[in-house]
Amino acid sequence: MLIGIYQPGTSLLHRLPVGPKLAALAALSLSIVLVRSMPASFAFLAASIGLALLARLPLRMLVRATRAVLLIAVVVAAFQWWMFGPHRAVESLLDLLALALAAVVVTATTPVNAMLDAIIRWIGPLRRLGVDPERVALTFSLAIAALPGTVSLALETRDAARARGLGRHPRAYLTPFVIRVVGRAHETGDALAARGLGDD
Amino acid sequence: MPAIELEAAGVTVATPAGERVILEPTTLSLTERRIGIVGPNGSGKSTLARMVNGLVAATTGRVVVDGLDVAREGAAVRRRVGFCFTDPAAQLVMPTCVEDVELSLRRIERSASARRQRALGVLERFGLADHAEISVHALSGGQKQLLALAGVLATEPSVVVADEPTTLLDLANTRKVADVLFGLDQQLLLVTHDLDLARRCDRVLVVDDAGVRYDGEPGAAVDFYVASVEDRIEGRVGP
Repeated sequence: MLIGIYQPGTSLLHRLPVGPKLAALAALSLSIVLVRSMPASFAFLAASIGLALLARLPLRMLVRATRAVLLIAVVVAAFQWWMFGPHRAVESLLDLLALALAAVVVTATTPVNAMLDAIIRWIGPLRRLGVDPERVALTFSLAIAALPGTVSLALETRDAARARGLGRHPRAYLTPFVIRVVGRAHETGDALAARGLGDD
Repeated sequence: MPAIELEAAGVTVATPAGERVILEPTTLSLTERRIGIVGPNGSGKSTLARMVNGLVAATTGRVVVDGLDVAREGAAVRRRVGFCFTDPAAQLVMPTCVEDVELSLRRIERSASARRQRALGVLERFGLADHAEISVHALSGGQKQLLALAGVLATEPSVVVADEPTTLLDLANTRKVADVLFGLDQQLLLVTHDLDLARRCDRVLVVDDAGVRYDGEPGAAVDFYVASVEDRIEGRVGP
């Protein structure tokens, strides 16, 4: 999950503006995908690791953030080994890891608000077409914020169902879970309205 | 002090079983600095509080804050009236503390660096400066409520409405949040089940069964509320 992994810091990558960072990420990702060669894959992974070191990101956080991708990458590599042999397998494993690592580095060195400000700047010209950039940015941040909240609601309702001995019935926790998520959405809407965030 | 005026303001909703009165038409002029609202669950307290910033629209009569009609000038009213909810989890929408306060400041501070400075200053005031870059989900319940308050007060509203802000908190955090609320220069409209907090107000309204049943000096109002609850329990348990 690339949510909530921002690590405050003062490295070169932290101080770099969002635009160049995302442009570099796009360029690196494209080259990783387009260049088909084993030595290049090692070079790309080395570059991603170098960036992570430059940002002085803690190793444990990097492992946690890339764990899920690593799992998928291993499965894909195993499949490719079987279909096309070891060469392709190693290449795609390295490429996927390099991509994930580069994305984590950008996310971990960029505060969400800086990202939102950049989004607002970039879609500013669309204002003339009736798009409200502030609204779009708020939608992004709400979607990001909703994830941990929804997970904790899911855990709570599951525990409540278990406490009543209903742990095996999906309906016993899915029904209250869905209702609570909708209720939370209403509360969040009220809170945003109260903060005047829908008024202009 | 700003004035909150309710002119025969009430709320009814249509249900399959017919019209249901949530709050009967109520006329009040609230000018005291700290006003408490007490009453049973589902009595209409929250509805009364929410009408003040237009979260709930009056279906009859009107609500006026500082001369502004809530129904017609909602945006201007919400800039003046800060609202604090029971559950801060629903109110905190940004990942880190400083970013959540910045969200409130977005409209009044266009420059990102000035916004950051101002948000850090607000956090400092609420004793949360050390937590600026920390995830809002890592805070304790009391800290979350303080942060929610910080987000509300960052824009310097002239009225603060708090709907049971201490209901989910332990004793220490209740005192901390209450001290912040009662230390404000702003007018405070406090809905609460904590009768000690109600006694600290200048005027207390007792809301029951969709209407204001008592309005006056805090000590007498709390006594009235306690007596009404005791009567009801005796009435049910008795022969």
